Amino acid sequence: MRPNPDELLKVATEEAMRSSRGQLKIFFGACAGVGKTYAMLQAAAQRQAEGISVGVGIVETHERVETRRLLEGLPALPLKQVSHRGRELDEFDLDGALKAGFELVLVDELAHSNVPGSRHAKRWQDVEELLDEGIDVYTTLNVQHLDSLNDIVGGITGVRVRETVPDRIFDAASEVLLIDLPPDDLLVRLESGKVYLDAAAKHARQNFFRKGNLIALRELALRRVADRVNSDVRSYRISNAIHNVWPTHERLMVCVRSGPSQDALLREGARLAQRLQADWIVVHVDELRRGRSHEERENLRDLSEAARALGAEFSNVPGEDIVETLLEYARTRNVTKMIIGRSFPRYRRFWHPDIADQIGRANPEIGLILIGHERPAHAAARTKEPVASPNYGRSLGLATFFCGLTTLAASWLLRVFDLSNVVMLFLLVVVFIALHLGRVAGAWAAFLSVGLLNFFFVEPRLSFSVSDTQYIFTFALMLVVALVISQLAARLRLEARVATEGERRAAAVARVARDLSAAIKTEQIVSICTDTIAPLLSVRVVLILPDLSDKLIPVQQADFVDLSVAQWTYDHMQPAGLGTQSLSGAKAHYIPLKAPMRVRGVLALCPADSALPTDPDDKRLLDAFCSSIAMALERIHFVEIAQDTLVKMEGERLRNALLAAVSHDLKTPLTAIRGLAETLEQPERLTRDQHAELASAIRGQAEELQRLVVNLLDLARMQSEGVHLNKEWHTLDEIVGSALARSERILDGHRMTTDLPIDLPLVEVDALLIERVLVNLLDNAAKYAGDKAAITIRARASGDTVYIFLDDDGPGLPVQNAETLFVPFERGLKESSKTGVGLGLALCRSIISAHGGTIRADSLRPHGARFEIRLPRGTPPEIDQDEANL
Amino acid sequence: MSRPRVLIVEDEADIRRFVKMALEQEGLEVYEAPNAKQARIESVSRKPDIVIVDLGLPDADGKTFIQELRGWSSAPVVVLSARDQETEKVAALDVGADDYLVKPFGVPELLARVRAQLRRATLVPTEGTSTSIVRFGHVQVDLTNHEVTRKGEPIHLTRIEFRLLSALIRGHGKVLTSRQLLQEVWGVHHTERAHYVRIYMMNLRQKLEDVPTTPQYLLTELQVGYRLVGVETVSSAVQSSSDTH
Repeated sequence: MRPNPDELLKVATEEAMRSSRGQLKIFFGACAGVGKTYAMLQAAAQRQAEGISVGVGIVETHERVETRRLLEGLPALPLKQVSHRGRELDEFDLDGALKAGFELVLVDELAHSNVPGSRHAKRWQDVEELLDEGIDVYTTLNVQHLDSLNDIVGGITGVRVRETVPDRIFDAASEVLLIDLPPDDLLVRLESGKVYLDAAAKHARQNFFRKGNLIALRELALRRVADRVNSDVRSYRISNAIHNVWPTHERLMVCVRSGPSQDALLREGARLAQRLQADWIVVHVDELRRGRSHEERENLRDLSEAARALGAEFSNVPGEDIVETLLEYARTRNVTKMIIGRSFPRYRRFWHPDIADQIGRANPEIGLILIGHERPAHAAARTKEPVASPNYGRSLGLATFFCGLTTLAASWLLRVFDLSNVVMLFLLVVVFIALHLGRVAGAWAAFLSVGLLNFFFVEPRLSFSVSDTQYIFTFALMLVVALVISQLAARLRLEARVATEGERRAAAVARVARDLSAAIKTEQIVSICTDTIAPLLSVRVVLILPDLSDKLIPVQQADFVDLSVAQWTYDHMQPAGLGTQSLSGAKAHYIPLKAPMRVRGVLALCPADSALPTDPDDKRLLDAFCSSIAMALERIHFVEIAQDTLVKMEGERLRNALLAAVSHDLKTPLTAIRGLAETLEQPERLTRDQHAELASAIRGQAEELQRLVVNLLDLARMQSEGVHLNKEWHTLDEIVGSALARSERILDGHRMTTDLPIDLPLVEVDALLIERVLVNLLDNAAKYAGDKAAITIRARASGDTVYIFLDDDGPGLPVQNAETLFVPFERGLKESSKTGVGLGLALCRSIISAHGGTIRADSLRPHGARFEIRLPRGTPPEIDQDEANL
Repeated sequence: MSRPRVLIVEDEADIRRFVKMALEQEGLEVYEAPNAKQARIESVSRKPDIVIVDLGLPDADGKTFIQELRGWSSAPVVVLSARDQETEKVAALDVGADDYLVKPFGVPELLARVRAQLRRATLVPTEGTSTSIVRFGHVQVDLTNHEVTRKGEPIHLTRIEFRLLSALIRGHGKVLTSRQLLQEVWGVHHTERAHYVRIYMMNLRQKLEDVPTTPQYLLTELQVGYRLVGVETVSSAVQSSSDTH
């Protein structure tokens, strides 16, 4: 039999994590005074002697001489002074410890709660962070501070401690050392005053340090450590392929209700799960038929947090029937044992058979563990509070008002109709009241109606006595009908509200998901966050994204964003800030946006009023949004990478083409100039005419070079800086005229005509750039259309476009596909002797596109070429006509 | 009359050399300055009739030098500039330069500009002596009586058009920036409406040029301004003996 690969992998990852993480060693004891701190300091001193750098983070000596003497040999980290409610308190300085660079740090009292406003609420979170940074930690812990044993210890000793440490911390510690002291010895130490007691413990001393208690605590501590040893042995067995003992995998399911008294149930579940080495799930059935009050939602949230803190998975399963839903869920999750509390309110038990019984009857293959417990008195008191809701006053008043109104109407109607018919009217009103004002108002209206009916309309009138016994039956019936209807109506109303609420959420999720999946820019995600998500949860939202150097930058400015908290969230991949246990002093709640590859950023939520959304449904919604946002961000990240690569490749290709083309086109005139000039250097061999000829050839080549360089620089400028246009309103006349003047020499010998209507509108262009386009086109035409070609420039305005045509009657375009002419460094005729890299037309195109226009080339029939430029016409500025008319 | 003196302010020795050779062949007396400091000394001591200034000097802005020079001299100034310095050119013209050349420029072009500026300096000495009838091409303008004829036919010009034409005649040969023209024709408050000048210049060309798109006299310096070339004086209100041709 081979070891289960999954188990092996799990052990391997745990071991790997341990080696990169710091090692946690817990000095564990049954109660105060057994000598944990002393043992810890001794062990630390030994490690120091071994050459390991040891720093004292915080250690309470409680003024004990032996302890203090041990402490003297160890370097102490400075403590942080924190003022809280006017008192200066010494706290463990986490940042100092992180920076100090010790290999091993001593942190006493793992269960300690930090002063409010510290980075973490609990000291064990500080320790976690130290371990994450690879620093070893020695710490001390008493058995009553363990989360799962807290109840039991409280039950034994009658003293409850609020400071607890999650069991997973204890279980994940690399070593736990039990510091054991027999109760008799402890009592002796206590008598001799060697045990420090704080005020509370002193008060409870009589109760707490009884021998029976001490024995029980010691047993608990021993057992807990034994359990741990057991699991150590088990993991050793797995990694060493010893499988004589191979426990079947257990999975526990704790079924909870959203009452406040479920903590004991959770703790019991945690203890059992630990004992059985089982995974455990805490399940709450979200009954569709019942709406939930604010109080209930709060409870549910507390419950889910408590469950997670104890190491369970929390699941809020929607379902109509509690029993069926629980069983269905248990089956899908392969649950082996279900834990159910037995504390339904008495009135519910009357209607509903006990859920435990139902489950037991329905599914015998799942083990059932029933846990009976009484509701604590304070919890019962708390549940009663919401009954006195301020809304009832108004709805009851309204109900009374409508009943009165009905009575008035009925007294009038009775002149025409029978009393039995008028009863129906009352019934109708009760139904309406129940529908619109709720169950309580409906019931009230039912009673009130019967009373009014009796008092005003049944003989003897204006008295509650009834002469005809028939009416008693009528009243009873009416009351029952009214009550039932009002209950039904109220439930209908609630269901409708729940359904609308559900629909609203579903629609929102669908919309956000759709929008996010369509987003291709970070800005779109930002706007989805602020426009859709923020109003839905009634919070303010800011997305904080890392820049290239992994530094976080908020995409929008917001006063509530604290970047250091965001950075912490980003680095530790855990929520922080408001409503969490880390850095809870912050104004906003920070959630890491975890995508499959890595954390993509942080979402900061600042509640619009005072509270964060606490409804589990809202939280689920938020979780869904966060993962959608993270996925969208990751997708955009990769899209950007892909685009960058493409752009780079394209740039590379262009650069290569440029180098090849430029080196050819630059070398040609340079070679010519150099040769011509060298010939000129020996004037004695030349005739006067040859002299002039050579000089003019040099000039021609230099001009050619100039044109090339100008185009090259323009194109480079257009592409590198983005295009900066110096747009003004010009007459095409002037630009064409200027281009013609500039091309005068090139056009020499060509038949040049222009056709520019006098009523052409002004165009808003960068005149120099458009002139460059025309010069390039003229240059082109002069070069390729032949020496005696006719060249025409025409312009027309039509609709909202201004057209410029440049036609020649040369041989036409040299290529099949005219578009290739506009690609940089393509030339119609390959390796032609005519210079001028395929730059000219590429430049023309980028200039015209920058103006929002288009340029294209066509062949004319029977021969010739046409370049067509289209420019947007725009709205020219007004000219004062009275001036023009003079 | 002695030979006209010209001062070349340019830091590039080779450019100075060919400009100097060309101008000396033209019969001018040439002085050189490689920087603004030397240029100040030369301009004060030599009292040149025309100054050629490169805008990019090693020790100072050419514009500043022109401004200083304008403080005490009305000698024409021709600016040399690189192609992508449109705003610099306009600024230099606004502070008092008369013409400009874009590098690289040809020798014939340079000589033409220098000749034109020298002629202008002697032809239209000051604002005070206004010539009353001038001619360019087939167009004759009577400045006193506001009458314009082309090939003998009377041409109707609007008031603004006539003012624009007069401004161009007064500064003839000199490049006038759109700003300067707006200020002179429309007044100081209209200097932001450059398109006004363009429209009225088009009207003028339509009315006065043979082929408006390839004008011979009313020339456009794109993005800079305008100039009128080829102006001859027909008669003057105050006939001065030296001006007649």
